[in-house]
Order: sequence, then structure tokens, then C-alpha cells
Amino acid sequence: MIELLRDLVTDYTLRNVALGSALLGVVSGVLGSFAVLRRQGLLGDTLSHAALPGVCLAFLLTGSKAPLVLLVGAALTGWIGTLILLLIVRETRLGEDAALGIVLSTFFGFGIVLLTLISKRNDADQAGLDRYLFGQAAALVERDVLTFAALGGAALALVALLFKEFKLLTFDPDFAGSLGFNVDRLSAGLTTLIVVAVVIGLQTVGVVLMAALLIGPAVAARQWTNRLGVMIAIAALVGAASGVIGATLSFTQEGLPTGPTIVLTLTVFVALSLAFAPARGLAWEWARRRRQRGTLAAPALAVEPKGGRP
Amino acid sequence: MIAPPTSSTPPIPPVAHPTPSPQRAVPPVAAVGTPAVSIRDLTVAYRDKPVLWDVELEIPAGSLTAIIGPNGAGKSTLIKAALGLVPVAAGTIEFFGKAYDRQRRIVGYVPQRSSVDWEFPTDALDVVTMGTYGKLGWLKRPGRAERDLAARCLEQVGMAAFARRQISQLSGGQQQRVFLARALAQDAELYFMDEPFAGVDATTERAIVELLRELRARGKTVVCVHHDLESAPDYFDRLVLLNVRVIADGSFPETFTPENLARTYGGRMHLLAQRFDGAGAPS
Amino acid sequence: MSSATAILLTAVGVASACALLGSFLILRRMAMMSDAISHAILPGLVVGYFLANGPNLLAGFLGAAAAAALTVTLVEALRRTRLVDGGAAIGIVFPAMFALGTVAVTRFFADVHLDTDAILFGNIEFVNFDRLIVGDRDLGPRSLWVMGALGVINLGFVAIFYKELKLTTFDPGLAATLGFSPVLLHYALMLVLSVTSVGAFTAVGAVLVIALVIVPAATAYLLTDRLALMIGLSVAVGAVSAVAGYQAAVALDASIAGSIVSATGVCFALALLLSPSHGLVAKAWRAGRNRTRFAAEMLLVHLVNHEGTAAYETERRVGHLREELRWTAATTDGAVSAATRRGWVVRAGDRLALTEPGRHVAQEALAR
Repeated sequence: MIELLRDLVTDYTLRNVALGSALLGVVSGVLGSFAVLRRQGLLGDTLSHAALPGVCLAFLLTGSKAPLVLLVGAALTGWIGTLILLLIVRETRLGEDAALGIVLSTFFGFGIVLLTLISKRNDADQAGLDRYLFGQAAALVERDVLTFAALGGAALALVALLFKEFKLLTFDPDFAGSLGFNVDRLSAGLTTLIVVAVVIGLQTVGVVLMAALLIGPAVAARQWTNRLGVMIAIAALVGAASGVIGATLSFTQEGLPTGPTIVLTLTVFVALSLAFAPARGLAWEWARRRRQRGTLAAPALAVEPKGGRP
Repeated sequence: MIAPPTSSTPPIPPVAHPTPSPQRAVPPVAAVGTPAVSIRDLTVAYRDKPVLWDVELEIPAGSLTAIIGPNGAGKSTLIKAALGLVPVAAGTIEFFGKAYDRQRRIVGYVPQRSSVDWEFPTDALDVVTMGTYGKLGWLKRPGRAERDLAARCLEQVGMAAFARRQISQLSGGQQQRVFLARALAQDAELYFMDEPFAGVDATTERAIVELLRELRARGKTVVCVHHDLESAPDYFDRLVLLNVRVIADGSFPETFTPENLARTYGGRMHLLAQRFDGAGAPS
Repeated sequence: MSSATAILLTAVGVASACALLGSFLILRRMAMMSDAISHAILPGLVVGYFLANGPNLLAGFLGAAAAAALTVTLVEALRRTRLVDGGAAIGIVFPAMFALGTVAVTRFFADVHLDTDAILFGNIEFVNFDRLIVGDRDLGPRSLWVMGALGVINLGFVAIFYKELKLTTFDPGLAATLGFSPVLLHYALMLVLSVTSVGAFTAVGAVLVIALVIVPAATAYLLTDRLALMIGLSVAVGAVSAVAGYQAAVALDASIAGSIVSATGVCFALALLLSPSHGLVAKAWRAGRNRTRFAAEMLLVHLVNHEGTAAYETERRVGHLREELRWTAATTDGAVSAATRRGWVVRAGDRLALTEPGRHVAQEALAR
């Protein structure tokens, strides 16, 4: 244990992986909280898939594999995907679920075409793009961590600065509009920050598992508190803890890939929160119902709801 | 982490009304006799379908006005268009003689209760504090003064005891009162309320009526979308009958007639006429 | 049979089998369940193969069906707690299942049959090498048989339960009172979807299954208002995309699965833009045509409303319209000239006067 802690600080690889994963956990925990409260949890899933053609195009156009270049490409197609999503939802009778699925799968399919084209150019330099598919947290180097820190730090600073506005937008957009806040612009800003979280996550956990990192910490955190600020703090904490624990487990155990291990750790946090969080936990509810059935005469109507639900 | 919570409720001074904040920039009423709301030739259309047709409306300052009409008559749309929340195909809207952009700070809004997710992680006091965000503007955080104001507004609607209660744990009527308190915290001259009486308990209904009267006594103007014909004459001074167009607009004796109601409700006039007779014809 | 024919037939089979189910998912607003299921079957597949000591088809199907059932049940249970909304419930369950599957693959099958690339985009390129051999007889590519069987199963499912599926999709409440359990049909649909996903999984991989299920049906939904036609069109769009995608992939030497999905995307984009009933171009054209008429109608309604009032003399002035309606000069001129041309108003200098037909049009517009 002590050894492990020492490794976390001194081992170059483990330190980078753990730090990178923790950063990702914090950023996606914070932004995921807003996404989940706006009922846009699966937007992250679509964004991460829509980012793939961007990574490929950025490489095809610049020939560079610098993380920042590829991330800008990812963010661009992620954004275009979001715009098409909005277009489909606003202008057709297709539901949001269909729009999410359409953008997700067609962008990803196109990305895979590009990926195979790149790999057939016999370019020795192409290797490494597929880390954006499955994520390779284990391959994170100091440069990646610094990029994450800069991008994530900027995103978090903006959330801190616009906390009041984002809260109002999430809770009551009409009222926000009536106060004179530009709701469309705020909404676009928040989505952009979610895109930032997603592109950071791509390299670490990959396209498929990114959805979990946005949704999981927020859902876990929501069970423990009824205050937005606290919820965001807990989500950041849960995200960071999942990142560090998952990375460390994967580092010390054979045959545990980092991304999936992080997600499974996070899932454990979510399950524990749903089951045992005070007031809202399902276990308490279950026990309460059992007790009521036991005493039989329990006047269900007179019981003040203690949980977070009406 | 970001919104500093105060663990103890701030002491509530025994003030009945929120005092106007000192930094008010715009004088509320332009000139004597200027109507609070003046809408001219307002047409709103979703795609090609007109929701409001050439609406003309003047609402005098200091009055309580009910907007009544059947479902799909455009009542909520009228309020949303006035507040700039839906695009307008034609027409002008002025509050106290000026465009809304310049009058935002003196206009308060109570949206329909069902328009938000009450599972949102926040408490009653925090929701009411949101009423001060407009005056705070971008980036500035609500501080002690804003929370004190919010606490007083909550007290005014009889909800002081629930300040720290998670909003999903409030009853429908209590949630409605929180929304009213939030509008009070806007410290406005003119209030738009969308169905404040919808689905509330008797206590809340009485509280809202009292609040409306108090607002009138303080010279405020209130425009309410309302759904109940029977209570309208008791609660309001003026009536706007709306069904895509304005059918009638004025004081109750002149507008609240069977003919006008029949024109407003169209095919359902028979049913209404009966109900109208039951309620007693106005003098 | 040549390799190309085998690939092409498999692709058409996968696309058709998937597209058959898509319409119901789209109409039930459950498109993302196909995303969840196609990912979540991975651990089931792995466990099935593990228990059967190799890539045994039946074991894979059973394991995947069990995993899909678990996923659907978990998502439903989470949703019912009301602690999480539907989207978030999906987003919690399927990545966890997929992560579990990935871990299982790396632990148990580090270098066998299920490499990670194949999970995401399948390996339809190699279908001809995996033969179905019964006794000593080579019956052709195995995937062809699998997809053929799935196509028949799906067609049978949709044909037999067409009435029930239609009813539970449009009015679950009514269906329940008539004795058709919406829950039962929901699970049946999910079961068929999961079995289809397993078959498609090996051909095109987890993510692209979603495209084949959703995108053709979404395309069809923009083209027709009738359910039976919508299902037929989805299958056609799926099949056409399979053929076109295959040809493009061969020409470009790119991923076959990826270009089939890109082809469905192109079909959707075309329908989104060009559908006569729901396409953006048709809508914009209609809106443009209607805008002038609508503006003219607004003008008439304005005049009717003010006729006989004290302010009528002011209200009928063209210059006043710009001020009062907040119209641009172009809109005002367009409306005035359109109304004059149609004989709805007469213009004398700056003043407008309603004609009898104009008054009639205004009344009609108001009654709309």
C-alpha cells in the first residue's frame, strides 16, 4: 500500500496516467452534472463518436499527431454533429433519441472509413490514431497531461465564472431569457465545454466509455445532496477517485485495461450511491417498505416523504 | 464549492415588502397616464400558423388584468412574446412607453410551474434568489443582500419556514408560492404570471389573491393568464378575452358578457352559457 | 461463391434484418436502446464463448441474449426508481457492460477470435473464410446463413405481431386495455433486437449496428406517413446502402462496414434535404411562398381590425405600417404589392383601402 502511494508520486508512467485520469474525472464530473440535469446525458456519447472523423481529418490535413491539433479537429466535428443534431430535432418529427443515434453512428462510420484510408497510406506516422477509439490511458505522457490540465483548467474556470448563469439556464431557461440572458449563447457555451471534456476523455477511455464518465459521477453525486454546488463538487471527487483508483488497479493488475477499469470503478461508485446514499438510497427505501409491511398498520399517507422524490 | 451556502438563515427584518434596491437604474413609470403595457398589431406565428393575430392591447398601470381564453388561444404565447421569448412576426410591444430591452429590470415573470424540473438540486431560498440575477447581470454573484431580499420575499408568501427545503419536497401550491416569491425578488413594477392558480391548494389560492391585491395597493401592474371564469371577476379588475385575437379588453362589466364569452370559446358556447348563468350574470 | 458475392449478400442481409426493426424503435422513441444493446451484448458473447470453449455460435447467441435481457431490465429498473432519467440510465448501464466485456476479452481471449477492432467495426471482409460445415459438406459462408435466418425471424416477428406492435407503439394505454401487454411486446422487441445485434455484431461491429437499425428507418420516416410503407422503405434504404457502401469501399479500398454506414448517412441526408413532404428544401420553399401571402394576410387583418376605429386614417397609411408592425421596408412593400396585385386592397397615395374580396380573405384568415 505504502509502496503504491510512493509509486503514484514517483513512478513516471503511473503518475501521468493517474493524474491524467483524475483530471478527466474532475472535468467530466463537473460538466456532466450540467449535462445530466439538462437531461442531455447521452449527448456525450454522440459527441465522442462524432469526434472520430475530426481526429482523422485533422491528421489528414496537417499530418501532425500533436494532441492539440487532433483535439481541435475532434472538437470541430463534435460541434458540427451537435448542430446537425439540433437541426434534426428542430426541423423534423424525429425524436431526440433518433437524432442522437443518427449523428453518433453515421459520423463514426465515416470516421472509420477515414481511419482505414489513413492506415492504407503506408505512412509509418499513422500509428496512434486508434488510441482515440479505445483510449490508451496507459500511454499518457507528460505532454498529454499538460494539455489536459490547460484545457480542463480553462473549462473549469469558465464554469466557476458563469456558475450563476449555467445554474439558471439549467433550471429555468425561459426565466433566464426573460431576465435578458442570451439563452442560446449560454447553451452553446455549455455544450462547447462538454465538447472539451469529451475530447480530453477520448484519449483516455475512448469513444464508447466516454458517456459513462459524463453521466456516472453526476448520477452518483446527485444522490448525496440537494444542492447544485455540492453535487458538482462530489461529482468532481467521484470522477477523480474513479480515475486514480482505476488507473492504479490497471497498473498493478495484469489484464485490466485502464479505460474499462476506470469505468467499472465508477460504476461501483454509482451503484453504491444509488443503493446507500442517505435519504434517496434504494436500500433505505426498501427497508422502509419492509418495515411498513411488517407493522402493517403503518399509515402510509401520514408519512412525510423523507427522500428526494415528491 | 461555488455557491457559498449560509448555514444559518439570515435574520429576517420585519419588513413586509422588499425594499427597492438602491441601484435601480430606470425610473419605473415614464409619465402619468402612460399604459404599463402597450401592444400594437402583434402577430406571432409558428411556421405558417398564426398563434396570435394582430393583437392590440393596452393595460393601465396599477391594474390587475386576467387573460382568459380556450386552450391554444395563445395566452402563454402572448406573455412569452411580450418578454421576447418567442419571435414576433409583426408588431410593437412597449412597457411604460419603452421597448422591453430597456425595461427588463422592472418586469417580473412567473412561468408555468410545470415548465421546470422540480427535481433540480436546489432549495426554495436559492430559487427565489434567482429573481435577483437580472439586476446582478453577468458574472456578479448573489451576496448577502440578495439572499436577505430573497428571504423576505419568501416570508411574504408565507414560505419562510421552507427556505432550506429541497424544492421537490414542496407541494404544488408551495412550489407556486416559491415562483411568486422569485418574481417579488425581481422587485418589478410590472408582473407577468402564467397560470399561477393552476393546480394549487385553497391556502395558496388565498395567498396569491392577497399578494395580488397587495401588489396593486403598492401601484404595481399584474397581468395573469387565468383559466377559471368563475373566480376571475373576484380576483381581477380587468379582463382580456383572447382567442388568437383579442375578443374583448376592458373592465369586467363591459367585457364579461355572454356574447363575448361565446365569441371567445366558439363551439363550446352552449356549455359556457350554462356555466355563465350558474355563476350569475354580471351587472 | 466468390468472396465479393458473399460479402455483398451478407451486407444486404444484415442491413435488411436490422432495418426491419428500426421503425418501431424510432416511433417508440427508443432509438438509443439499440446503442445500449449492441454494446452490452459483448460480455454475454464473451461468457458464452468462454463456457463453450470457443466461438460457438449458439453459446454466443444465448450469452448475448442473456446480457441484452439484463441490460433492458437494468435500464427499466433504474428508470423506475426515478432517481435517474431514461438517457442517463442507458448511459450508466451500457458502458459498464461494455467495459466488463472488454476486460473479459483481454483476460480470457487476449489473442483469439475477438480482437478489439472487430468489436467496434466487425470483420465483414473475412466472411467467406468462416464456412458453415455440416458433416463433410461445405454449405457456404456461415454469416450468410446466420443473417438469412435472422432476416426470416425478424420478418416473421414483424409480420405476425404487426397489429400488436403498431397498437402498442401508438397507444400503449389502449393496447393494455385490449389485452396486449405493452411490456411483453417491449421485451419481445428487445429480444429480437439483441439476437439481430449479435448476428450483425460479427459482421459490422457494435457501433455500426446502431446505424443499420436506426438510420434507414429514420430516413423512411421522413418520406412516408404510413407504417407498412415505412418498414418497406427502411429495408430498401438499408439494402441500397449496403450495395452502394460496398461498391464505394471497394473503389476506395476502405472499411466496408464504415462505408455502408456512411451510405446510410448519405441516404438520410438526402431525405432530410429533399423529401417532398418533410424535407428542408421543400419546407423552405413552402415557407418562402407562404411568407408573402402571410404578410399580405397580416396586412388585411390589420386593416380589418382597425376599420371603423378613430385611428383608421393613420393605421391605413403605408408609412405607418413600417413603424407599427416593425416590418422592414422590403417586407412592407412585398405585402402591399402582393395584396394590391391580388385585388385585396386599393392604394391611393399613401393610403390603403380594403376591397370586398380583401375583407373576405381577412375573415377567412382569422377563422383559420
